[in-house]
Amino acid sequence: MTYLKSQTMNLDSNIPEGPLADKWDNHRFSSKLVNPANKRKYKIIVVGSGLAGGSAAATLGELGYNVDCFCYQDSPRRAHSIAAQGGINAAKNYQNDGDSIHRLFYDTVKGGDFRSREANVYRLAQVSTNIIDQCVAQGVPFAREYGGLLANRSFGGAQVSRTFYARGQTGQQLLLGAYSALSRQISAGQVKMHTRDEMLDIVVVDGHAKGIITRNLATGETKAWTADAVLLCTGGYGNVYYLSTNAIGCNVTATFRAYRRGAGFANPCFTQIHPTCIPVAGDHQSKLTLMSESLRNDGRVWVPKNAEDAGKNPNDIAEADRDYYLERKYPSFGNLAPRDISSRSAKEACDEGRAVGPGGRGVYLDFSDSISRLGETAIRERYGNLFQMYERITGENAYQRPMRIYPAIHYTMGGLWVDYNLMTTIPGCFALGEANFSDHGANRLGASALMQGLSDGYFVIPYTIGDYLAKSGAGAISPDSPEVKEVMESVRERVDQLVSSKGKRSSRSYHKELGQIMWEYAGMARNEKGLNKAIGQIQDLRDDFNKNLLVPGSGDNLNAELERAGRVRDFLDFGELLCRDALERNESCGGHFREEHQTEDGEAVRDDENFAHAAVWEFDGDGKTPNRHQEKLTYDNVKLAVRSYK
Amino acid sequence: MKLFLKVWRQDNRNDEGRFETHTLDNVSEDSSFLEMMDQLNEQLLEEGTEPVVFDHDCREGICGMCSLTINGLPHGTENSTTTCQLHMRKFEDGDTITIEPFRAKAFPVVKDLVVDRSAFDSITQAGGFITVRTGSAPDGNALPVPKDDSDKAMDAAACIGCGACVASCKNASAMLFTSAKAGHLNMLPQGQAEKDKRVLAMVSAMDEAGFGNCRNYGECSAACPKDISLDYIAKLNRDHAKAKIKSIFA
Repeated sequence: MTYLKSQTMNLDSNIPEGPLADKWDNHRFSSKLVNPANKRKYKIIVVGSGLAGGSAAATLGELGYNVDCFCYQDSPRRAHSIAAQGGINAAKNYQNDGDSIHRLFYDTVKGGDFRSREANVYRLAQVSTNIIDQCVAQGVPFAREYGGLLANRSFGGAQVSRTFYARGQTGQQLLLGAYSALSRQISAGQVKMHTRDEMLDIVVVDGHAKGIITRNLATGETKAWTADAVLLCTGGYGNVYYLSTNAIGCNVTATFRAYRRGAGFANPCFTQIHPTCIPVAGDHQSKLTLMSESLRNDGRVWVPKNAEDAGKNPNDIAEADRDYYLERKYPSFGNLAPRDISSRSAKEACDEGRAVGPGGRGVYLDFSDSISRLGETAIRERYGNLFQMYERITGENAYQRPMRIYPAIHYTMGGLWVDYNLMTTIPGCFALGEANFSDHGANRLGASALMQGLSDGYFVIPYTIGDYLAKSGAGAISPDSPEVKEVMESVRERVDQLVSSKGKRSSRSYHKELGQIMWEYAGMARNEKGLNKAIGQIQDLRDDFNKNLLVPGSGDNLNAELERAGRVRDFLDFGELLCRDALERNESCGGHFREEHQTEDGEAVRDDENFAHAAVWEFDGDGKTPNRHQEKLTYDNVKLAVRSYK
Repeated sequence: MKLFLKVWRQDNRNDEGRFETHTLDNVSEDSSFLEMMDQLNEQLLEEGTEPVVFDHDCREGICGMCSLTINGLPHGTENSTTTCQLHMRKFEDGDTITIEPFRAKAFPVVKDLVVDRSAFDSITQAGGFITVRTGSAPDGNALPVPKDDSDKAMDAAACIGCGACVASCKNASAMLFTSAKAGHLNMLPQGQAEKDKRVLAMVSAMDEAGFGNCRNYGECSAACPKDISLDYIAKLNRDHAKAKIKSIFA
């Protein structure tokens, strides 16, 4: 494949002038404003109601825009942001332990293995403090000290305590905060909420995003919605692996459809594997459950030193026969080493035959030291709900026997390419939260996803969308216009085609098989041969899907098989794109580990000379290899260094 | 394990509905209840029958999307557990399991086991928020909140809005849900300014949505997968009475 220079795709990141710390201020001043009376003339579509979508819809509604917000769940409160456990970072430095905006910025850029955009990350660190204030004012019940002030804890990849949390349910509480703000706007009539509505395509007219086509999952009705701008806040694509910590409904369709209509898709191979999940128990498994990373604050990760001890009861393995491999390999970060590094180390230990537990893939996370040091009550207070969840799923009591954990797909750093304004390569189409690519580079730090979702929704988009609208002018088109009808027709055709698939195999079985291919060849470690093999296998699987898929029932009512078939169809195309990106990125960085590029002791080797860029993929038609463009990443404020946690 | 399943089927809101019986073999005791349902659906597909639809999403007990009344109890017999977290090791080989939707007048059936719980959203929209403009908040530590108050607010805020409380109640009352949301905000200093208005609006939205009256049976709290305490109902009654009296004299 050739490396095309950006020819047709405008990848101007629009990073404002000036010193790093002043860029956002400068930009806010130079951005055009929409006057209050004019705001009500604009219509904005927000797809997704998680932290990014919920906060954006609420804030834009409050500013006076007319917002239509869509989610596939039965209520906006159920978006998968709700499942985030550990916490949210903010550079408040309430702990007086050396934190600052610049340190959070630096940690995030370094944690992302120098593949994120400096200016975006700095802005994220800047607004992080506003997020906490906002959430407290909304009534988010963050953990507090006895004096009544906010408590913090430390998290993987950081040496300061900057994580705010609400027990093990931080995502839930932040989402309920955004949902309450959204509910206020719904009751005020500023936001119209559309539940059980799934976006199946985007309408682009004269190069600008002007609307979406949805299918109502309960009635089967396809409908066109038009607006002056479209915000995609539809989360990540982790479910391309079938088994992940994502909710069952999470899918790539919205962003992938935007990609097919001209939005560049950046770095799809940057996927994050979370080190602390409950291991796979059997073939029935439909999802993997995360155990919050915060557990690593008090738990010690180990496997037996000798493979022959792997089958023993862990409590019978002598201290001297245990290998606390993270503490051994990374003495300064120990059990708090970043996610990608911890995950790979677990894989290594298991590959060496030292895996524990029935599934043959697992390592111990042991709390016995903390329990003897702090008492069981203290541990119960910190992690009680997680221990309870672990017991429900595995039937084991982690107070008495170490937890078994194994890495699982958790988050995707890649996403739609956006500029500093969060606008994709389709003007008027914005991507927020996990759906975009910009802030986490090749690896996201713990407790930073919530921060980014809320930053984008509460504090970035309200400024940047005004600039777009003021410059482009109001111009919503009619849902009956021919451009809209054309897209609508193509959606209907696609749905009809799926409904009329009366073959033999269920969409779930295809999804499972795709997941196995992805996990095997594009999971924790990747290599050229494997990726090429995966691409071939995915193409074959897709051909089979097109011939032998079985979708029962009709399209005019609730049909879960039809919903899944549509999502899996897009995952089949997207999985290939992901593998292609992984193949072309001929270096190891963050969550993308190419076996060809590692040091003698197995650490990732980056290639800054050739790959200090975001790879942006441009759709070029079905059956054609997409074009790969580059946005060069420049680092003026941090020194590119070998990421070391030793 | 081999299981005998009595599953509720209903084509739409107006359909009368009926039970269907299916036998399912080779169920792993490590699978979750919903994974067992997935297995049933794969079997139905092979048999040429339309699969059963049910609501689910996160499958880790937090989104509140899963429902199901299992053997007469919302989310089944296991305490503090949502259906998605209920595992088949809690059942015996050869068991007959009855699976129905959450039943309540305010939760009409959409299809099979899926119900419409949007009435909960309307209760929140009536007043389940603190009015704060984005960007106008003071520093997070400007207002200390006693840890005890914050903990109690968190206990209430843990509600996942699944509706088990309503489905378990003879009167299909939504008092536990409403009191949890109102209680969470009313217990915090940030929530004081709108407290009276909030409880009046939320309670009247609850009544309008068609939920029944609370008679303190307590089934709701027993069925709640997040163990929301009945104390919040008492608190809501107290707050509501106060607000009502104040509104009379205002």
